[in-house]
Amino acid sequence: MAEVRAEMVANVWKVVVAEGDHVDDGDTLVILESMKMEIPVLAEGAGVVTKMHVAEGDVIQEGDLIASIG
Amino acid sequence: MLDSVLVANRGEIARRVIRTARRTGVKAVAVYSDADADLPYVREADQAVHIGPSPNPQPARSYLDAAAIIDAARQTGVAAVHPGYGFLAENADFARQVIAAGLTWVGPDPGAIEQMGDKIRARNLMERAGVPVSPGSREPVCDVAAAVAEADRIGYPVMVKAAAGGGGIGMGVAAEEAGLRSAFETARSRAERFFGSPEILIERFVERARHVEVQILGLADGRVLALGERDCSVQRRHQKVAEETPSPGVSAGLRERMLAAAVRAGQAVAYRGAGTVECLVDTDAGTFVFLEMNTRLQVEHPVTELVTGVDLVEQQFLIAAGEPPSFDPAALRPSGHALELRIYAEDPVRFLPRPGTITEWAEPAGDGVRVDAGYQAGNTVTPFYDPLLAKLCVHGADRKQALDRARDAVAAFRIAGPKTNLPFHADLLASPEFSTGDYDTSLVSKLRPA
Repeated sequence: MAEVRAEMVANVWKVVVAEGDHVDDGDTLVILESMKMEIPVLAEGAGVVTKMHVAEGDVIQEGDLIASIG
Repeated sequence: MLDSVLVANRGEIARRVIRTARRTGVKAVAVYSDADADLPYVREADQAVHIGPSPNPQPARSYLDAAAIIDAARQTGVAAVHPGYGFLAENADFARQVIAAGLTWVGPDPGAIEQMGDKIRARNLMERAGVPVSPGSREPVCDVAAAVAEADRIGYPVMVKAAAGGGGIGMGVAAEEAGLRSAFETARSRAERFFGSPEILIERFVERARHVEVQILGLADGRVLALGERDCSVQRRHQKVAEETPSPGVSAGLRERMLAAAVRAGQAVAYRGAGTVECLVDTDAGTFVFLEMNTRLQVEHPVTELVTGVDLVEQQFLIAAGEPPSFDPAALRPSGHALELRIYAEDPVRFLPRPGTITEWAEPAGDGVRVDAGYQAGNTVTPFYDPLLAKLCVHGADRKQALDRARDAVAAFRIAGPKTNLPFHADLLASPEFSTGDYDTSLVSKLRPA
């Protein structure tokens, strides 16, 4: 089980994958927006998205859980 | 002179405008969102109006909300609106609404904003006014096939950008067709999202270029003055990080030609107020081309103020009131050398945003040092706005003294909490390229290879 966490305070602009989706290493999971910059958050390994912890429009803090990949 | 002004902006530029307003006896009104309630500019204004409702401090609900800003102006009875830069500063409709509400717009005529806001129209207009432009589109490029044909006509490498854009958002360089296809898609999606228009401009990309701009001032009597140039070649993601004047890459002859072209550019749109004509300079060839015109006060205006002694915000107020400038244009003699370093809340290696709460903030001081800051200790830097924390500006008798003062000032500037790019500035000032002045827009990627 891999946990993907936020590297910085940001706004969740787009949620690209849904629970149950299969993802490969390097796939974009969500796109964050911080300080007028779009920052894609990528999967760091293949697996199935077991849980999405964020929704579009959420403001997340550094270290917050974004997705669980099993 | 105006008796009062509402500053439709936030952070360091709101504070900067308020400072001149207070010095010249103009009542200053600030507006603020929830996220900015504790920032210094809100406290330093004579009055402050909350315009961003809870719970969402995103710009569309505050600093981009034209109706809320005009309501705040009415409610406080101010005579004028100063837009700062960004947000609504280059929005012709907002300028018209301000004027229609019976207020003075501290900026150029809305028609001039519109003519220059569309980069394709602006290029065509400049070409007719005798200002050099690079080979590029004369009409918007609407789809990938048209982009490929246009790039073949212009010749690679090309720059792809939003016709209505700014701030480097969505801009991309392509050296061949595959790269062009991807750059076009990126530019178009960003153009629609950030600027509300899918129109794309393609122009020849100038390699090994310097980004040099000219400060102009359109006076109330119709004259257009050029107040010297600024070199803005130190950029990351097509956004400026450091600026200086005079440009180490511009000879006296080239400077004369650029300043004359900038005056023609201003005259072509009957420009009033402070504006900036941005150009790309090919230093090997000693030539330049028009890039775009910014119809507002520029972020890096302090370097021009430091070498000329002219307060540009004061001139904006005077021109908006129909009065002559506070200085004698014939006696203007820039002196010394000035630098501006943009202090961003970002990591100093990959330049990714790093907002956070500021636990320590100690600004450098000393001869020739000026800090235009938007924050102080205890403030929280949020992800909702751009990452500019402060502008560290220095003035010296010559470039060497300015660089020495900048190195000392960077070392003395202490910010804890959010990560900042101060370590990058230390590296920049230590680099042989920047120290000698022999650099171009590729400098940052050389200092920070991916």
